[in-house]
Amino acid sequence: MGRLSWQPATVTDAFAETPQVRTLELDVTGWTGHLPGQHVDVRLTADDGYQAARSYSIASAPEEKGPRLTVERIDAGEVSPYLVDELRTGDRIEVRGPIGGFFVWHAGLGGPVLLLAGGAGIVPLAAMLRHRVASGSDAAVRLIYSSRSLGEVIYREELDRLATHEGVDVVHTLTREQPAGWRGFGRRVDRELLAEAAWPASSSPLTYVCGPTAFVEKVAGSLVQLGYDPRTIRTERFGPTGR
Amino acid sequence: MDSDLTLDGNLTLDGNAAAGVLAEVFVSECTTAMTRCDACGAVEMVGALKAYVQAPGTVLRCRHCESVLMRVVRGAGSCWVDVRGLTWMQFSVATPGRSSGADAV
Repeated sequence: MGRLSWQPATVTDAFAETPQVRTLELDVTGWTGHLPGQHVDVRLTADDGYQAARSYSIASAPEEKGPRLTVERIDAGEVSPYLVDELRTGDRIEVRGPIGGFFVWHAGLGGPVLLLAGGAGIVPLAAMLRHRVASGSDAAVRLIYSSRSLGEVIYREELDRLATHEGVDVVHTLTREQPAGWRGFGRRVDRELLAEAAWPASSSPLTYVCGPTAFVEKVAGSLVQLGYDPRTIRTERFGPTGR
Repeated sequence: MDSDLTLDGNLTLDGNAAAGVLAEVFVSECTTAMTRCDACGAVEMVGALKAYVQAPGTVLRCRHCESVLMRVVRGAGSCWVDVRGLTWMQFSVATPGRSSGADAV
């Protein structure tokens, strides 16, 4: 492993996931592959030379073409509005990565695996789920995914397809607005929801929690209250907004 | 990870948010390195520390006693790594032993 350096990347595809969220497929010079859960830094350079860099999780499985990034527009943000609204197929940006070895799951680690996502926190966890299926792993994986409304669920149809695989469960909770006849959960992920929908602590799952800071704090704290070993819980926080 | 989300509100992230800046200067993967807090003795992986990325540099604090463990500041042409809050860091390396030498870094 060498030191990290910036590489040119070309956008080979770009498509909306929800009105606020877009996926970018990149062709990165010298890309050597990645592990599910890793991220990249993206750097933009303005005409006057001003540069801004941000970190974004890799959405794709290592087995897929890519890497793909899924980015949520933060209206006050300096980078994400450009990535979501302006960037076009054929445009070039700079990336460095893959980065990080801590918030990573791959088939070799086995299962069971518990994935807990709040909003755009689904992105690195979806990479793990895609890898679980694409690699032919038989690890039992359960995803509990909290969104505000059905329209804000990222990768909804793909998650439905992934959930048809043996050993893969996807549980949704919609915290603000539930459609008529909704059969999933309709509240925030708390201790009671986890007691009902997650595996018992006795099954000792590898647990990954990703989302806004408040979501991660609440979920990780509840898991510890339920008897989960804190050392089996890996978290990735990315800031505020309650979901 | 989506670091544009850190522009307001709660700025506490996890140590894995510092992975990029650490990978600029360390050849080994840092986020899975173990650390010992010199103040309270807690042993944690870098990825599990508390990270503050909105300061002029990146600050990593102990999740148990809040002591500052590491500070990483990028300047023009140099990067400062202050580790005075740590007793030690432990990195995974290839097991030494009989081999063809192909493992040599």
